[in-house]
Amino acid sequence: MTAALTTKSKRPGLSLSGLVKTRELGIILALAVLVAYTTASHPRFLSGQSIRDILLNTAILAVMAAGQAVVVITRNIDLSVGSVLGLSAFTVATMMSANPDLPMIVALLVGLAVGAVAGLINGVLVRYGRVPALVVTLGTLYMFRGITYSWAGGRQVNADELPRHFLQFANASVLGVPWLVLIAVVVVVGVSVLMRNYRVGRELYAMGSSPQAAELAGIRVARNLLGAFLLSGALAGLAGVLFAARFGTVDASAGNGYELNVVAAVVVGGVAVFGGSGTVWGAGLGALLLTVIGSALAVLDINQFWQQAIVGALILFAICADRLVAVRIARSLKKRDSHV
Amino acid sequence: MSELRRRLASWDSIIIALTVLVLVIASVGVPNFGTSRNFTFLILDLMPIVLVALPMTFIIVTGEIDLSVASTLGLTSSLMGWFWNNGLSIEMIIPLCVLVGALLGAFNGFLVTGLGLPSLAVTIGTLALYRGLAFVVLGDGAVADFPWNYTGWVTGTIGGGAVPNVLILIVALALIFGVVLHATPFGRSLYAIGANAQAAHFSGIRVARTKFWLYVASGAIAGLVGVLWTLRYSSARADNGSGLELAVVAAVLLGGVSIFGGRGTLPGVLAGVVLLAALQNALRLQDVSGQALNIVTGALLVLSVLLPNVTSSIRATWHRRRLRQAAAH
Repeated sequence: MTAALTTKSKRPGLSLSGLVKTRELGIILALAVLVAYTTASHPRFLSGQSIRDILLNTAILAVMAAGQAVVVITRNIDLSVGSVLGLSAFTVATMMSANPDLPMIVALLVGLAVGAVAGLINGVLVRYGRVPALVVTLGTLYMFRGITYSWAGGRQVNADELPRHFLQFANASVLGVPWLVLIAVVVVVGVSVLMRNYRVGRELYAMGSSPQAAELAGIRVARNLLGAFLLSGALAGLAGVLFAARFGTVDASAGNGYELNVVAAVVVGGVAVFGGSGTVWGAGLGALLLTVIGSALAVLDINQFWQQAIVGALILFAICADRLVAVRIARSLKKRDSHV
Repeated sequence: MSELRRRLASWDSIIIALTVLVLVIASVGVPNFGTSRNFTFLILDLMPIVLVALPMTFIIVTGEIDLSVASTLGLTSSLMGWFWNNGLSIEMIIPLCVLVGALLGAFNGFLVTGLGLPSLAVTIGTLALYRGLAFVVLGDGAVADFPWNYTGWVTGTIGGGAVPNVLILIVALALIFGVVLHATPFGRSLYAIGANAQAAHFSGIRVARTKFWLYVASGAIAGLVGVLWTLRYSSARADNGSGLELAVVAAVLLGGVSIFGGRGTLPGVLAGVVLLAALQNALRLQDVSGQALNIVTGALLVLSVLLPNVTSSIRATWHRRRLRQAAAH
């Protein structure tokens, strides 16, 4: 129900539009408070190098969160993204260490392709196997990771085996903006625009708010769903290339457990787990918030182990808030209906 | 006849048959698989999965899920180390850990039934929260000096033979859960909830309260497994049991429990657990690396849900065709 309304939230006079906006506003406020507090006690927190590190760390998470947001908006979930990142990172790192002359663009395309194939497998199993996305992606989380492990064994690709231009890609920048950050911004903005302004985006929202109604309304559910999983997989694959370039050392465990952070970023960013509502740029903000929390904990000299507990608490807080909004909307709708 | 045929063709009979087949083939074909020493290890390895799978079966039958079990295990393991370091006696620590597990389960239950939040999202949240708290309690260190008579009991066997002590515990709990699920009105009510929660509610079943207690049970068992895990490896660590929730969910679904609720049996789940454990054990004896076994686990998980769907849709097509032919005549 929330979703059906969100799609027309631009209509004036609807109290909902205000409520929905507060979800992203909440994250921005939380970010502002966190940054202000941390900077007040440790001014170095806002130094150029520190901001750069935060943005670089956010980039990989935000790219994955953009794809995950699309899948979650359709009322599905993709838990395999961490394993896809690992598979793509190891594939690309192996390829680049064997063929140092390959240009960066090839690495990016190969990573995207590996991820897209993985995403397509998920999508086909969900749609045509009629297996719930949770089960499929839990299964492929195991399988893709297992494939990487049995391929890599205990082997790891070290930074000194990788060509220099590949490693420099992570640090090189255009007009002061690192490539990694630029890619993340392009991905988040691009997917946001696609979801907000294009027909296929609105169809994905419709599918999430009522799968049956979407089918009856003649939306090409199968095509859209495959597209959503393909996008999520491809972006996780792209994140794998960025991961390999940034960290330089890649073994079979790359990206282990990332799915939790990605889901957290999406949920904290205001995308409802019931599907049908939320925004992709909200998910990007969620990724930024999680990364800033991590950095702030380090700067404030708080035990790093608190980070995961805070992530968990934030997820719970976000779904509670989401539920609160849904209940309020239901109540206000009931009130309006009684006047008619 | 049709009843018998339906029985034989049901997924849990298939999985039980498959499990027996794997056990026989492995005993004959894999060196050392059939030894009594390996039997002991096999039981010890499947202990955490089978124990956590019991309440998980109940929860999935009602159409919900609990992904936080492994983190609950880790947190109780951490607390066990912390209590021990602070001089509590082991006789006090064990019930305390089970109680903590029950409380963590109650928190899940409250969020799911009290606030009406989706269990998948809630337990992904508490998965992160409980694991995080486990690290807050114990950091990345370990506590290892637990009394040997307790650690020895968990790893020991009855009379020094092949049957591990913990098998008594597994059999006892499996019997209790099996009887409750398949021979009591409470057990029937779980299927009713899973099939249609609203209808169950209108027929007088206290849906919310039932689900709440299932989460408490799940947490308590996870706490108990946290204790057993710690004693087995003589090591209280915050990362104990990482990833166990996946193995448990895989085993339950493999055992024929529907992820949508309302369907599945405990014998099927037990077969699912044994099948997974036996396959992994046999492959490991063949020197397949532990991580590569993930492919098998993942494939089985997907197939266990995919196959019944595919066969039922093929059956439906046949049925339609027969009807059409009958109509044509």
